[in-house]
Amino acid sequence: MEKYWKLFVSTFRLSACTFGGGFVIIPLMRKKFVEELGWIKEEEMMDLTAIAQSSPGAIAVNASILVGYHVAGVPGALLTILGTVLPPLAIISVISLFYQAFRNNQIVTMAMAGMLCGVAAVIFDVVVNMVRSIASHKRILPLLVMAGAFTAVRFFSVNIILIIFVCGVIGAIDTYRREKAQKEGGRL
Amino acid sequence: MIFLELFWSFVQIGLFSIGGGYAAMPLIQDQVVDLHPWLTMAQFADIMAIAEMTPGPIAINAATFVGIQVAGLPGAVLATLGCILPSCLIVMTLAYLYYRFRGLRTVQGILAGLRPAVIAMIASAGISLLIMAVYGQRSLPANLATIDKTALAIFAVGFIILRKWKPNPLLIMASSGLAGVILYAVI
Repeated sequence: MEKYWKLFVSTFRLSACTFGGGFVIIPLMRKKFVEELGWIKEEEMMDLTAIAQSSPGAIAVNASILVGYHVAGVPGALLTILGTVLPPLAIISVISLFYQAFRNNQIVTMAMAGMLCGVAAVIFDVVVNMVRSIASHKRILPLLVMAGAFTAVRFFSVNIILIIFVCGVIGAIDTYRREKAQKEGGRL
Repeated sequence: MIFLELFWSFVQIGLFSIGGGYAAMPLIQDQVVDLHPWLTMAQFADIMAIAEMTPGPIAINAATFVGIQVAGLPGAVLATLGCILPSCLIVMTLAYLYYRFRGLRTVQGILAGLRPAVIAMIASAGISLLIMAVYGQRSLPANLATIDKTALAIFAVGFIILRKWKPNPLLIMASSGLAGVILYAVI
């Protein structure tokens, strides 16, 4: 029983105090569940992280599902989901209640206008980092995919889900061909 | 009916936002601004700013906000549930396959192929938000000179500081909000 309570409280606290999404929460989860509680082994946590990042959806939610399931099965997973989802659900609900009143306040309007510029700056910064990490592989295909996807979504308003499908297929074929080339290269 | 639509929209957002964090952003915009008349672009920009300032995943924040605006608290809960349902199913399946076969090479290959596309889509959504910030409307106006120079300056300074000193984004958000209040009040 104590284990369930701890699972819930740990994920609730992590979720309530973590700004900046999945890539921030995973190191904190590792600290809590690997170092402090010792419920998960170091290598296992790395595997769980890989799965959380490979799956669709929010990384924080994915990681908490895996941790909960790993420690206490399906009930554990349900508890950690609840712990992760409740804080943002509660906080945004409260903000939404006051949103209309807030929004008509002139100072809030000015602050929101400034913050929107801040979000744009943060997103551009993230994009530059991501583009640089792709470019560092020095392969032409990812860059072509990136340019193609950008043109499709920006100038032709192609459906995003369609782009994801097409690029996923390209990635799968590319991996298959590279693995095959590697195997044949090994045989020679 | 509206509940079902909300739920289904956020199932799609949960299912196709691959790569965490900002990857959900273009999908949310697509579902709640373009495909459904749930939020205006200005409200969408607001929720992105709020999500950046509050804890929790962007998709969950957006689900709660949109759900409440459209159908009250039950709407928020349903949208959030929709958002995490695909995660639950897929994460469990992948975990099972992973422990069974010890390897996710194909999955990781697909993911590697998706990454450049995800970056492109985040970039596009970022451009939409920037246009919203400096022109106050969704698309570029005919006269580009009508740009809000104050907003452009806040963006540029924020971006340069982020590139140079890599501070916590939260700090950039708070100070650009403060800069907005001070500069707009003065001008």
